[in-house]
Amino acid sequence: MSDVADRVRKIVVEHLGVEEGKVVEGASFIDDLGADSLDTVELVMAFEEEFGIEIPDDAAETIQTFGDAVKFINDAS
Amino acid sequence: MSSNLMQGKRGLIMGLANDKSIAWGIARALADAGAELAFSYQGEALKKRVGPLAEQLGSNIVLPCDVADEASIDALFDGLKEHWDSLDFVVHAIGFSDKSELRGRYVDTSRANFAMSMDISVYSFTAVMQRAEKMMNAGGSAVTLTYYGAERVMPHYNVMGVAKAALEASVRYMAEDLGKDGIRVNAISAGPIKTLAASGIGDFRYILKWNELNSPLRKNVTIDEVGGSALYLLSDLSGGVTGEVHHVDAGYHVVGMKAVDAPDIEKG
Repeated sequence: MSDVADRVRKIVVEHLGVEEGKVVEGASFIDDLGADSLDTVELVMAFEEEFGIEIPDDAAETIQTFGDAVKFINDAS
Repeated sequence: MSSNLMQGKRGLIMGLANDKSIAWGIARALADAGAELAFSYQGEALKKRVGPLAEQLGSNIVLPCDVADEASIDALFDGLKEHWDSLDFVVHAIGFSDKSELRGRYVDTSRANFAMSMDISVYSFTAVMQRAEKMMNAGGSAVTLTYYGAERVMPHYNVMGVAKAALEASVRYMAEDLGKDGIRVNAISAGPIKTLAASGIGDFRYILKWNELNSPLRKNVTIDEVGGSALYLLSDLSGGVTGEVHHVDAGYHVVGMKAVDAPDIEKG
């Protein structure tokens, strides 16, 4: 598991209050991890802050799962 | 920065979303100074965020309010009266526009979004003050939040700039109307801050960087700095101040051009 994945998982666990084991590659923030629409915006803001990157709106909309987030951040940094 | 500046004062905070909110910086500063707080929220998603934050500041008055609905605003104040018989201050930190129109050209704004942006971002403050006035005594104070995009053209701010200009004008008119009863009405024009609401504005990171490089203080402001200024405007320290738009923007509003020492920055 990459460093990026660990850091993303930590943010997701803290923000959504879910068990670490549930934050797997294909886990959907909304469908599997109980996020609401504001959570998804807050998560994207937290990723931007943690990794010092900008995630534009159209890209943010494609980040639906934990795996999507890790891939986007790996590609961006 | 603890003080007793707000000891014995009670106030309503409208528009808190999370711990990045400007309303949170303000609420914290007020609570630190001894104020008793009540909070309003719109919808379940915000309720679950506002509840725990209110609790952190020792408040258990958390009431629903949809500012687009007159009956809902009435219900908020009815609910508030069950807890308090008077009100000393109001913080209005509410605005809304369709975010698809917070990019591109202002001139393309639709009639429907123009009307909604004005309703939620401007009229809501007036509607709230109609009710708040009846619970306030001399010494009451209200603060709303605005932005420099009301005075000058800022990229992507578009219809919100027009709405904030109207909001600032409404502050002046309410200052006159309510001033006769000793109630003060002011606005804080905060520099850009990365909040949930700002996430709807295009190229926001660029705007933040530009402000940091070109403001006299060479920084962006924090929600705590806005909180400090709000504390002043809501306390008796500012007893002679009303109808004012107070800039808390690291001085950006006095600048006429890019700082010579500021590097050119990439849009990224």
